[in-house]
Amino acid sequence: MSSQDNGTRLPPLLLLHPDDNIVVARRDIVAGERVELDGESFTIPAAVELGHKLARRPLEPDTRVLKYGAPIGSMKTRVERGEHVHLHNLKSDYIPSTTREWTEGQPEGLR
Amino acid sequence: MNSGTTAPAMRGYLRKDGRKGIRNVVAVAYLVECAHHVSRLIVQKSGADDVHLIGFPGCYPNKYALEMMKRLCTHPNVGAVLLVSLGCESFNREELRRTVAASGRPVDLLVIQQAGGTTRTLNAGLERVARMRAELAKHQPVPMALNELVVGTVCGGSDGTSGITANPAVGRCFDWLIENDAACIFEETGELIGCERIMASRAITPELGVEIEACVEKAANYYRIMGYGSFAPGNAEGGLTTLEEKSMGAYSKSGSSPISGLIKPGDIPPRGGLYLLDVVPDGEPRFGFPNISDNAEIVELIACGSHLILFTTGRGSVVGSAISPVIKVCANPDTYDRMSDDMDVNAGRILRGAELDEVGREIFDLVQGIASGNLSKSEALGHQEFILTYKQFEPIGPACLPAA
Repeated sequence: MSSQDNGTRLPPLLLLHPDDNIVVARRDIVAGERVELDGESFTIPAAVELGHKLARRPLEPDTRVLKYGAPIGSMKTRVERGEHVHLHNLKSDYIPSTTREWTEGQPEGLR
Repeated sequence: MNSGTTAPAMRGYLRKDGRKGIRNVVAVAYLVECAHHVSRLIVQKSGADDVHLIGFPGCYPNKYALEMMKRLCTHPNVGAVLLVSLGCESFNREELRRTVAASGRPVDLLVIQQAGGTTRTLNAGLERVARMRAELAKHQPVPMALNELVVGTVCGGSDGTSGITANPAVGRCFDWLIENDAACIFEETGELIGCERIMASRAITPELGVEIEACVEKAANYYRIMGYGSFAPGNAEGGLTTLEEKSMGAYSKSGSSPISGLIKPGDIPPRGGLYLLDVVPDGEPRFGFPNISDNAEIVELIACGSHLILFTTGRGSVVGSAISPVIKVCANPDTYDRMSDDMDVNAGRILRGAELDEVGREIFDLVQGIASGNLSKSEALGHQEFILTYKQFEPIGPACLPAA
């Protein structure tokens, strides 16, 4: 694989550690794109940008999310396989994350 | 990996304390904000890239600021120092001057109120700087080995690619530098929250491991009281969701070497190896956030003797630094495409199929190239950012440097 081909022929989902329950978008992924993961083919429901996370399998509320094989927080709501995992459904087990809409201790949209 | 065949030979300016500098800079240091403009004029009008502006803005005394300024003014990359005081501020200018003089460097002090104001101080400053540069031009650099090098690493504008590409690539470079007995420093304990146990298990003694866990707990408490973690909106826009996720990515900059010590700003690693720099102040939060921006961390890494800084960025930072060159390692291939003029290394190509070791090797070679006199991108673009604010620290405990 040459490093000059923009990676378009590489799998768009990156599994960083075998224990992980999320995968990372290697490039921008469009809604409706067919992808392969764990030997199965399925459709990505909504667009996901490079570097963002998607559920590797359905995740229930309070599930510890693992990335690099290490816990990075807990799910707030249930997600299906291939769904975007981010501020709207994942929370820190340490200190809440800040967004530009941060007011009175909670990101807007989470209140 | 040995020091390599493709990298240019490193050379340095030998200082009285035995350390070598990879640059021979004249530092112009303002000792209160009121002397900032005059100092900046001296730097600008000198017209020389090797005259750098540093300083401390506060009028109230602060032990940390004095110690930091001593370390910075006697940093191996600094060859001579011009101090600029307004006159009535409380900064201990005489102690700083004595420290610099004792280090064998040319040093001069201008007090604006005594010199007769802006124009007279400017003219005197330009004349002093010209003399210092003429003196420094006589210095002949001598060969320098990797075991004389101190390298710091920092991340800024991290995103979801940072922990996959640039940070682990810097980690590989760190492992090879440490194999060659260089000292490497990683930092920002507030961005290592969640990694404390893994990190403690890499300490060379159990007692150091306990100190490491305690310093991360201190950071977590500090940030909780401040009400914000070290997590910026851009981190979230780039795909990072939680502080511990950002931490795990940041942590990979440290590579896989054992951790030889836990140091605080201004502590110089006693020998080669990997060191964790604790940047979170001791005691109750007093002066604000531990580090208000990336350059505050860079300045602390430099005060610990870092000759150069490996700066990983996903969203795309453009900063450099006074005193020590900053090498930009770009994590995100899309950011690199947009901002390649500012980036020394395209680590994002790992996402497009390049090997981690190949990028690590490029950084390793680049470190030696910059230490042989080549300019980094930020250096060539004239970036010489600098910031120093109030803090307080207790000295490190005996368990923090076990081999010392």
